[in-house]
This record gives sequence, structure tokens and C-alpha cells, in this order.
Amino acid sequence: MNERNRVPLPLAGGEVLAALLLCIVPAAAQPVTPPARYANVQLADPAKEQSARALMETLRCLVCQGQSIADSDADMAADMRALVRERIERGEKPASIRDWLIARYGDYVTYDPPLSGLTWPLWLAPMLLLGIGGWIARSSFRRRTR
Amino acid sequence: MKRFALWAPLAIFALLFAVVASGLFRPAEKVVRSAMVGKPIPDFALPAMVPGKPGLTSASFRQGQPRLLNVFASWCIPCIAEAPQLMRLKAMGIPIDAIAIRDTAPAIAGFLRRNGDPYARIGSDRASQVQLALGSSGVPETFVIDGRGIVVKQIIGDIRPENIAEIAQAVKDAR
Repeated sequence: MNERNRVPLPLAGGEVLAALLLCIVPAAAQPVTPPARYANVQLADPAKEQSARALMETLRCLVCQGQSIADSDADMAADMRALVRERIERGEKPASIRDWLIARYGDYVTYDPPLSGLTWPLWLAPMLLLGIGGWIARSSFRRRTR
Repeated sequence: MKRFALWAPLAIFALLFAVVASGLFRPAEKVVRSAMVGKPIPDFALPAMVPGKPGLTSASFRQGQPRLLNVFASWCIPCIAEAPQLMRLKAMGIPIDAIAIRDTAPAIAGFLRRNGDPYARIGSDRASQVQLALGSSGVPETFVIDGRGIVVKQIIGDIRPENIAEIAQAVKDAR
């Protein structure tokens, strides 16, 4: 709906409210079927649930891109949680589930990016900055003792 | 050396400012593209969504002819908007299969009655698992798949009238 093209109508109190209520439409459509069982149900084995949970916290929700699938209430995040739990339940390793998702969505899907040509500054920059900090600290301490 | 030390913080600030400003004025692409483009379609077998129309298996994409794979749902509003474009692509002789995400038979039957039915087959993906295997991050999305089952193109979001030529060309190139 284009807001700028809409002409305000002269309406009385109750009618304004009714008109406003008519304007309310759901922002996003919802699937008509309930989510898979393991979307919101924990695994029976606490150790498996813990490793599934740890993995879910490092996977990005593809719809609400700033959240992990563990935090997100989006329908797609629920589907991804179900996928993670079902595979963990079958005995698959978290690293292999992560690799499976990276093969489909790229490194963007994980909050724990692997070291690659594109991501090496992420890993190297902190060490470099720590080194520079140490060098600055050393020279300023030396000045003080003089 | 002294002069350099004096100006260095300002230079670093200017650099940081430029980086942040460029991100602000040219925000990153919000869509997540599938990493499956260029790779073979993953193996799957989905049951039929509606009576009288077959379900969908990955084998049907390896029969020598390029096909479109449309990921859609009856509850998806942009899917209604792209329906006329899919009908036009079908009229151009391009075969279209579909995966219905988390849907029911009556809802899909109603959707096809209202918006037309361009599909040769519709598979029911009740828990979005095939959608995830394809690297699709929402509905609607459309994949162009060549005759050997290789994903050659992904269209994210509803197909607009201006996209039809580009899709028809991609199908032609995949022959």
C-alpha cells in the first residue's frame, strides 16, 4: 500500500477506529502447518540436546539475519532447529551439520566463520592490534622509568 | 616522524569514517544467495501435494530438458503476485515443477484454483527440509535446473514481468 497516494477521509471517531482496524494486515504470512516436532521440543538425551543447542547458537537465522536460530521465532529458524536436532539425534557430528549448511548458504550462515582467504583479517587483526598495543605500552613504560 | 604521529589519528579516523559511511550509503545485499548454484540438485523425494498431480523427486530433473523449480506456498502473498508470470513461462513451453512449503492439500488446491496452475508436479515439503537442502531462504524462490540436474540460476523473490526474458534466456542457455 502506498501511503503517499492514500487520501485522508473525513471520518468521525468510531469510523476512524474502524477504518484503522481495517488497515491492519499481517506483516508476514505464516505457514499453515505446525512446525516439525523438534523445532521447539528438546531432545530426550541431555548431552545431545546440549550439543544441538551449542550448534544452534552459532547458526544464523536466514530471515532475521541478526539472530541465531536458537533465539529466533521465525518459521524458517524453527525448521532449521528441527533439522539440527534430528541430525544430532541420528548421531551426526555438529561440525558436519555446519558444513552441510555452509555448502548451501555459504559462510554467512555461521557465526563461527572458518579461516579462508576472505576471513583471515578477522583472525589476524586482533593479534596485530594486541602486538601494536604491547609495543606502545612497552615504549611508554620505558620512558617513565628513565 | 613527529608530524606523522600528529596526523596519524586523524588519518585513521578519516579511514574509519569512510568505511562506515560507505556501508551506510550502500547497505549490503539483504538476500542470502544459495551456494548450490553450479552444483547438482540434492537428492530428494517428496510426496504429492494435491490429488491428481504427482509428487517431486530429484530424478525428474535429470531427464535431459531444463526445468524451473518453483519454491512456493499458499500462505505466501508474493507467490500470488508471481503466478501470472509463471503462467506465461508455462505458455512459452517451459516445464515448471514446484515444492510447496509447509502446506496442506486443500490450501494448495484453493491457491491453484484462484491463481492458475502452471505446475507439472508439486512435492509437499512439510518441514522445509528440501528447501534447506536447496539453499533457499524463503518463498517464493525459483531455480533454473539444466537437463543434467545442475542448478544454473536462482531467482529470489517473486518473478516480475521484467524478469521473464532473463529466465527464458537462462532456460534456453541450459539446453
